[in-house]
Amino acid sequence: MAIFLTKDSKVIVQGMTGSEGMKHSQRMLASGTNVVGGVNPRKAGETVTFDGDVSVPVFGTVAEAMEETGADVSVIFVPAAFTKAAAVEAIDAGISLAVVITEGVAVKDSAELWAHAKASGTTRVIGPNCPGLISPGQSNAGIIPATISGPGKVGLVSKSGTLTYQMMYELRDFGFSTAVGIGGDPIIGTTHIDCLEAFENDPETAAIVMIGEIGGDAEERAAAYIKDHVTKPVVGYVAGFTAPEGKTMGHAGAIVSGSSGTAQAKKDALEAAGVKVGKTPSETADLMREIMQSL
Amino acid sequence: MDLYEYQARDVFEAHGVPVLRGLVATTPDEARAAAEELGGGTVVVKAQVKTGGRGKAGGVKLAHNPDETAEKAEEILGMDIKGHTVHRVMIAEGAKIADEYYFSLLLDRANRSYLAMCSVEGGVDIETLAEERPEALAKVEVDPAVGIDAAKADEIVTAAGFSDELKGKVADVLQKLWVVYRDEDATLVEVNPLVRTEDGAIVALDGKVSLDANADFRQPGHAALEDKEAADPLEAAAAAKGLNYVKLDGSVGIIGNGAGLVMSTLDVVAYAGEEFGGQKPANFLDIGGGASAQVMADGLHVILGDEQVKSVFVNVFGGITSCDDVATGIVQALQLLGDEATKPIVVRLDGNNVEEGRRILAEADHPLVTIAETMDGAARKAAELAAAS
Repeated sequence: MAIFLTKDSKVIVQGMTGSEGMKHSQRMLASGTNVVGGVNPRKAGETVTFDGDVSVPVFGTVAEAMEETGADVSVIFVPAAFTKAAAVEAIDAGISLAVVITEGVAVKDSAELWAHAKASGTTRVIGPNCPGLISPGQSNAGIIPATISGPGKVGLVSKSGTLTYQMMYELRDFGFSTAVGIGGDPIIGTTHIDCLEAFENDPETAAIVMIGEIGGDAEERAAAYIKDHVTKPVVGYVAGFTAPEGKTMGHAGAIVSGSSGTAQAKKDALEAAGVKVGKTPSETADLMREIMQSL
Repeated sequence: MDLYEYQARDVFEAHGVPVLRGLVATTPDEARAAAEELGGGTVVVKAQVKTGGRGKAGGVKLAHNPDETAEKAEEILGMDIKGHTVHRVMIAEGAKIADEYYFSLLLDRANRSYLAMCSVEGGVDIETLAEERPEALAKVEVDPAVGIDAAKADEIVTAAGFSDELKGKVADVLQKLWVVYRDEDATLVEVNPLVRTEDGAIVALDGKVSLDANADFRQPGHAALEDKEAADPLEAAAAAKGLNYVKLDGSVGIIGNGAGLVMSTLDVVAYAGEEFGGQKPANFLDIGGGASAQVMADGLHVILGDEQVKSVFVNVFGGITSCDDVATGIVQALQLLGDEATKPIVVRLDGNNVEEGRRILAEADHPLVTIAETMDGAARKAAELAAAS
């Protein structure tokens, strides 16, 4: 098992024929993902041939791709200006999981697409502005390098892409059930709490690493959730202790506003919920290593 | 991007929100001319700074005629308000105020929605009001897909406790403020105070607007609202190169890939720096996934242009990018920079193809470059080098 994405997942790529879409579809295929189709209305009916002589058909719409292939996951690589329309199309087609990789999506578009996803109730949205998720050895929906770590029993949820990679690398001797990069934008589809809940219910996940960063109060709310609902061991890391107030640190949502959204407040909340919080990514990995060795 | 009050006023006016006339001035003479243009009567001279509390700091003054306007402008221009120097004042028409209210519409991250806040007790510090008398501040969720239509506006003004004769008038203004929020891709529209004048008009007297930079592609007018002079010169230089850079005030220059990893790098350097006389990170710089030689050279160029920088820490995790490409990028960047590269550089590479990356750096054997195995070790080394120089 894993969360959200398994070996049975059938993946389509919206924007597969663009340069990023091509590059990462190739990588997804290489890591064993069942990529069953691409979507591009202007190239419907064509097929794209990837390394290893894999031919993937291109469909005009998500609905058509789902009908023809039984796809249940869509990875979205279309440019920011068209991301909302692409995600809405996937939601309207009733796809189970839409993974929005695109960065730079206007927050109004994210708010509207989330409102749409919530109202329709059919689709889990991950992102935008995220690396996607990987269940090593099973499937890879997004841009997380499949070579970093193999399968195992650690579950990982992170706002940051490179910290996801870093943590997977540090704990590659244990391996991961699923690693989910949820993105650092102000409005995202899947939260820390959604992933914590899924990991708690996943029999293949033994322990959870949760990576947060400055901005908003998602980590504080996750801490409260952990306290009440999570029985598996959780180790945390928060980035941005040295971030100045009022400056956006790379991710659109990574900003300390007045006294809210600070790394210290998040660390305090997590520790109060019984989560061990590392001072550095390596120390965090060490905390998880101790837990995994004791299990 | 946060707008100045005068810019918010202009944006409000463009969308039909009732405002008073106001003109911006950067000199006392311009202030006098502005007062004359407004009819020569009583005006308010208001410091234009992107921070609160300017009234208490003496940044808002009444003037009764154009000469007095120039005098007050002279007093206010150049004033320091919470670390912000006043470069502009707005000369605003005076109004006879009968009552003050509060309204804001903002992005509600926790609920992934929008939140309207409204109170019949305006003109005060809203955070204080929210804390001391939360019942006086109505909070109403606004569905992003619907916005503030007539029904939602009525819900908000009713929750805020407006009298029946005022409800309609205020609700009308709230719907216009929604149009500002929606059409300008704002993340915050705040009016404090929203006032009722003695002749019964509802007017947005002071506004705060934040705009979403991710929407710039469909908001061509927003570039003109940017305050380029106020930006730090290093930040401006970095922005011109398309780099994601934030100036801080420490001694260890930082380059990394990915926002989270770079934020983490700053923290790790600050911890390590405690042992070396409190060395701190000098900047945030995320060069993103690609990390080409040119981007690396551009990044190093900006960081080495910071006089406070004593050492540089390049922290790259090869995820999509492979470490040999990054190492080649660093070697080529140092060639491009030539004599400009004068500070010691600690490089930590990890991830995809790391052995080859380290081999390339070792082979190049650049006198300024130290290779470190771990992020924590690299941070210590960089802090130590900064302290030693």
